[in-house]
Amino acid sequence: MEFNNNIPIYLQVIEKIKQDIVTGRLKSGDKMLSSREYSTMLGINFNTVARVYKEMEMEEILFTKRGLGTFITESPERIKSLRYEMAKKQIDDFVRGMEQIGFTREDMIKFIAENK
Amino acid sequence: MNENEILRIENLTKKYFNKTALEDVNMSVEKGKIYGLLGPNGSGKTTLMKVIAQLHKQSSGHVFINGNPLSYESKASISYMPTENFLYDSFKVKHAVKFYADMYKDFREDYAMNILEEIKVDPEFRIAKLSSGLNGKLKVALALSRNADLYMLDEPLNGVDVLSRDTIMELISKSYDETKTFIISTHLVSEIEKILDSVIFLKDGRVELFGDAEELRLSKGTSVEGLYKEVYKNV
Repeated sequence: MEFNNNIPIYLQVIEKIKQDIVTGRLKSGDKMLSSREYSTMLGINFNTVARVYKEMEMEEILFTKRGLGTFITESPERIKSLRYEMAKKQIDDFVRGMEQIGFTREDMIKFIAENK
Repeated sequence: MNENEILRIENLTKKYFNKTALEDVNMSVEKGKIYGLLGPNGSGKTTLMKVIAQLHKQSSGHVFINGNPLSYESKASISYMPTENFLYDSFKVKHAVKFYADMYKDFREDYAMNILEEIKVDPEFRIAKLSSGLNGKLKVALALSRNADLYMLDEPLNGVDVLSRDTIMELISKSYDETKTFIISTHLVSEIEKILDSVIFLKDGRVELFGDAEELRLSKGTSVEGLYKEVYKNV
């Protein structure tokens, strides 16, 4: 994985794991690598990965079984809502960008329909 | 005292005759973190490490390891890798390992031999014949094979090829655990910044900036390297 050092690395790792979950590369109930294994594999700091896991646990995307490790949520609803959150963010970014160059929402919808 | 603190430096000044190498340095270093000690040549990185390692005596100020002033005991809890090539040319790699095992009670010989096998340094190689990449890896492997609280590596990436740099950073990552602390000096910021928790910028013997790498990226919107260029552009 390539990182952009201008952006906090934990945010980039979170984004990558989320993408892997919603596209099914990582599956519900899968065990994550330990912080140590994952940080060594990515060539990043141990505490950065620990922070990623902590933040994603708070978002209820990952959970920890004491002594067994960190796992991906077993809730299909959470994965569905995650997909929705990510789509929403993409749309928000897109709309903001389009508004900056003078498009109204109606213009955008029309423009998308015409540019398949 | 913060119980997570391994190293505390208060008002540290070091003068050599009429030159001031360190001036009123203050910092608190926590357990379980990797610190980048950054700055161009002559900014005081090596002097700071040598004072902590007790190879140089400060002119004034205090250094505490695990809450205690520097002493013979604190020296034993620090694994310091100087930037110079300190291994005898006539040695074979296995002699260097033996030398470390004799010098340091906390040296883990099996651990060292495993690393050397992993990084393909043959114990029968003669030090004088090692490429700078292999020599660099050997020095780091030896320093990391001690079971210390604080590891100070002075310029471990200097004069080492790109692939060996990756190996060295991997060795550091692998030897990390929550009880150990690393201070790594370098001016090769872009290579190393991903494995750092915190950064210390030294400029003309003073601490110019001290902070968490991720928080700095978040608040400044730039990489550690970007900040580095900004801080040192007129040096």
